[in-house]
This record gives sequence, structure tokens and C-alpha cells, in this order.
Amino acid sequence: MATSIDISDLNIYYGDFLAVEGVDMTIRARSVTAFIGPSGCGKSTFLRSLNRMHEVIPGARVEGKVVVDGQSLYDPSIDPVAVRRQIGMVFQRPNPFPTMSIYDNVLAGNRLNAKRMKKSEADDIVERSLRGANLWTEVKDRLGKPGMGLSGGQQQRLCIARAIAVEPQVLLMDEPCSALDPISTAAIEDLIHELKSDYTIVIVTHNMQQAARVSDDTGFFNLKAAGQPGHLVEFNATSKVFSNPDDPSTEAYISGRFG
Amino acid sequence: MSLIDERPVAATPAPAAMALVAPQIPAYAPLLAAVLATGLAALAGLLLGWSLVAVVLTAWALLVVGLPAWSAAIEGERRAKDRLVTTVVWSTFALAMVPLASLVWEVVANGHAVISAEFLTYDMRGVLGAGGGIYHALMGTLVITALATAISVPIGVLAAIYLIEYGKGNRLARTITFLVDVMTGIPSIVAGLFAFAVFTLIFGPGVRLGIGGAVALSVLMIPIVVRATEEMLKLVPEELREAAYALGVPKWRTIVKVVLPTALGGIVTGVTLAIARVAGETAPLLIIVGTTTTLNLNPFDGRMATLPVFIFSSVTTGGKYDAEQTARAWGAALVLVAIVMTLNLLARAVGRAFSPRTGR
Ligand SMILES: Nc1ncnc2c1ncn2[C@@H]1O[C@H](COP(=O)(O)OP(=O)(O)OP(=O)(O)O)[C@@H](O)[C@H]1O
Ligand SMILES: [Mg+2]
Repeated sequence: MATSIDISDLNIYYGDFLAVEGVDMTIRARSVTAFIGPSGCGKSTFLRSLNRMHEVIPGARVEGKVVVDGQSLYDPSIDPVAVRRQIGMVFQRPNPFPTMSIYDNVLAGNRLNAKRMKKSEADDIVERSLRGANLWTEVKDRLGKPGMGLSGGQQQRLCIARAIAVEPQVLLMDEPCSALDPISTAAIEDLIHELKSDYTIVIVTHNMQQAARVSDDTGFFNLKAAGQPGHLVEFNATSKVFSNPDDPSTEAYISGRFG
Repeated sequence: MSLIDERPVAATPAPAAMALVAPQIPAYAPLLAAVLATGLAALAGLLLGWSLVAVVLTAWALLVVGLPAWSAAIEGERRAKDRLVTTVVWSTFALAMVPLASLVWEVVANGHAVISAEFLTYDMRGVLGAGGGIYHALMGTLVITALATAISVPIGVLAAIYLIEYGKGNRLARTITFLVDVMTGIPSIVAGLFAFAVFTLIFGPGVRLGIGGAVALSVLMIPIVVRATEEMLKLVPEELREAAYALGVPKWRTIVKVVLPTALGGIVTGVTLAIARVAGETAPLLIIVGTTTTLNLNPFDGRMATLPVFIFSSVTTGGKYDAEQTARAWGAALVLVAIVMTLNLLARAVGRAFSPRTGR
């Protein structure tokens, strides 16, 4: 079972500050959707509103509709914890748990929810997730060591492993490769291709080639002017966005002519 | 006329070789200067008959002037300033250590003589002159402090969790924070009176109970625990909470399994310091617990002896056996200081053991 997400007329606020305005789009199931756009245009903000992480920030709120599998995400009857179990997330900055070992960090999603499992099963999940995130060979001899003892890029891959260990239906990735070398980036892109057959994937990236390589659909966010809310300029199939975009500003952004 | 300006250009000075080596006074210079300054001051003091304070002040003045002057002559101005500031910083540190060191010295010097196996294992039943011990007071202090800890740690930690994780600056949370701040300033005698009033209401006039002392100490401890825990919880990065939420972990589990473990080292240290702070309280215990000469381990049944009150009553009773009583008071003081120091060391060890580990 994979999940599609329908967003209609979504406004996202930080207190009184309208950060993202009037987004309409449909994220297809079993596909990769990429968001591109200049820094500060609200890509992370929008991504976080897709698994109800936005409301964690005091004063932050959302207007409009996000419908996942026919259920409105912001309906009062929806349990945000259940939402986040189905919609996983990899953050822009790596955030491994400082009190846990590498092994426990990968299993955090299971362990923190007090899921009981056999040792062999746990070992299996850890190995599979770490292999998926291209980290296994580097850490297999020190799984018991603290997760904070890894390099920045290794920590980021650890966080990716942690997110896929719980096998969410949808995986939101906020610039997952921004701290990674080309080899690890390629491994993550392979992973995305692999996961795509079962999951819905949304990825924010500043790397145009990456968006073109991995995604099926691309959304371009932009700011009208400094201090104005960000908005969705164009949402189309990736092939169309990169060859023949509807909006001239999309073409300008992709080809490197800004403004 | 050619377009190129052929006027001679002022010769640019050849770049001097970068001077990385500078003359230095030897590494033992500060020590040597300190010894010389002390020696000179002592000599002057002996010849002119100064008091000790005058000698120390002179030595200090000599050092503060002499070392930077020596440094300025050889090393240059920047190093000399550095020497001056370093000397001042060290002397303020030494100044801060003086009361502490002299207090510990005084207590050990006066107290160590009476410490013996008997002193630690006997109570004062029927003892008037020499002999007897502080076992009853020691146990009383341990029981009452343990009870106070058992009351205040859950209340304090949970209150802090509410304030940081749930209250997030709403009106109730701000009111509680204000009240906690007020509570930190409550004089201990008032806490004692409060407990006395409460227990008098329940048990009638003239009540003396160990548990009352624990309640009074809790009134003093809770605000400290709340503040310490609050500060530690604030230090836990928001990103860690978000990481847990994004894995579908409910809020309460996130708090119990991610936030608290991350902050545990600091919380334990705060709690231990709070214990150390109230272990030596005298006034509230004097009011609500009273004192006795025999061992009483039941905090719900009558008077109990405690170390601070024991010290107080030993030195204030007076009379024929004053010398023995004073000696016992010093012994009890030594034991009390030892307990508090052990607690502090324990807090450091525990804090280190629980703090998040990094590195491979
Ligand atoms: N916690 C916050 N409180 C208030 N405003 C915020 C907060 N986080 C982000 N913003 C604002 O919301 C807007 C969008 O920020 P967002 O982080 O979504 O940008 P982004 O597109 O992800 O940028 P980048 O590519 O640099 O990551 C910005 O104007 C930012 O200043
Ligand atoms: Mg971002």
C-alpha cells in the first residue's frame, strides 16, 4: 500500500508570519517528487507540514487541506503520532540521539515505541537499514559506539537509516545529500530508486541534476520578493520542468539565471 | 611622449623576515617571582615587625608589579599585559579559596580528635561528660534528608517537565515559574514554621515529627530541583525532540526516553547539590523535629536528632561539660562536612557517567 498526498490551498504560518502561501499539488503514490527553489522560500516549511511536524514549533499553524489516502491530515480526529509513524522524515541537519549507540539509533523508531522484537530480527533491521543508507561497511565494527562519534555525512546517513528502519509509507527527505560526497549521494539515490517501488518519496534538493535524476515530478517554489511568502510557481513532470517549463522564472532558476 | 610612466618608483622596502621568535623569560619565572616577592615581604615583615596580613599584601603587590615589569623588559608590552592579567586572575582565585580552605582546616583540626568508632556508632543516651556519639544524629539526618529527597525530586522534576515541555510560556507556566522563583528566596526558618503550622493543624499543638522536617526541607529543595531541571531541559536541542516525533514516537515517550536521558547528567547534579544544600539546614529542624539523645529511626514517631541541631544544642547548652560538648560538636561538624563533600563528589561522578558520550 502506498500513499498519495493531495494538497489544496495550503497556507503555512509561523505565528503571524505567513511563510508559504496557497500551495496546490498532488504527490503521486510510488513516485519521487522533488522540490527545488531558492533558500528561504519555504521548502522545509512545506515539507514539515506534510507529516504534522510544523505544529511542533510554538505558534506555528497551517490553513488549508492536506489529504492523505482520503483522510484530511489536519482534521481534529487525526492523531499526529499515527501520521508520523506512516510519514517518516530525514532532516536538513543530522540529529542522531546523543545518548544512543549507532545500533540503538537505527532502532530508535522501534525501540522508542517499545516494540518487542527478537535480537536476530533487530540485527536484521539494523543491517538492512544501514546497507540501504550506504553506511554498513563503515560502521559494522563499531555498532555499539555512540552515534555522535560519526562524521557529519555519516551522521546524516545514520539518520536516513533510522528513518527507513521503521518502513514508513511516505518518506520526506530535506536535502538529505547536502553533506554527502558523490559516492554516498549515488548510494542514496539508488536507495530512493529502490524505495520508490513501495513508498512515496518527497525530496528537497538544491542540486538540479539530482532533482532531474531521481524525481518523477518537480515542484518549483519561489519568493515574489524578499519578505513576501513563498509560493509554488510550477508543479509538473520532471521531464517537462527541465526541458520545457510553463513558467519563465522556472527556466531562469534551473538554467542559473535568477530573479 | 611614451604612455608608460617611466618615473622611478619609490623602492618598496624588502619584506622583513617574519619574526616568529621572540625573547622569553623562563617558564619558571612566575614561580620564581612569587618566591622572591614572598621572601622579600617576609624579610621586611621580620625587620619591621609587620603583621601577617601586611606581609601577604606586600608580597602580592611586589608580585603584581614585579613580574609584569620583568616581562616588559624582556618580552615586550603584550606579554607583560598577559602576565599582569594572569597574575590578577590567579590571585582572585586564591582569594576565593581562602575562606573555603580555612573552613575545612578549622573543622578538620578541631573535629578529628573525637572521631572514633564509638563516636560514630553510639548515641547520647545517659551520657553527660566524655563518651557517647552521634549515631542517632547521623541516622536522623540521613533519614530526614532521604525523605525530603523522595518528596521533592518527583515533584520538582515533574513540575519542570510541565513547565518546559507542556507549559511553554503560557500563563499557568509563567505563574508557576514566578512562584518557584519566590520559593527559592524563602528563609529556611519560614519553611520550618510552615511545616510546624501544617503538622500542628493535623496532630494538635506541640507536635515534633521527623516527617515534618522532611516536609520543611522539601519546601526548600523543590524550587532548587525545579530550576536545575528546567535549565537542563532547555538545553536539550529541539531537533532531538523533532527527530523522535518524526519517527512516530508519542510526546510522553519522547520525554521519557530521549529528553530526560539527554538531560539526566545535569538533573542528577542539580538534585545532588540541592540535597547537599538542605542537609545542613538547622532552623526548620529545630522547630519541627526538635532533638533527642537516643536513636529514633521512625520519622512518624516523635523527636529525632539531626547533625545540625545536635551541633547547635551541643554548643549552646553550656554548663559543666562544655568542653566535651564543644568537642563533640566539632566532630559532628566534620562528619556533616564530609557527608556534603561526598555528595558533591558523587554528583560529579554521576553527572559524568550519565552525560551523553561522543567520540568513538
Ligand atoms: N522556526 C521558524 N520560526 C519563524 N520563521 C521561520 C522558522 N523557520 C523558518 N522560518 C521562515 O520561513 C521561511 C521559509 O523557511 P524554510 O526553512 O522553509 O526555507 P527553505 O526553503 O527550506 O530554505 P533552505 O533551502 O535554505 O533550507 C523563511 O523566511 C524563514 O525565515
Ligand atoms: Mg530548508
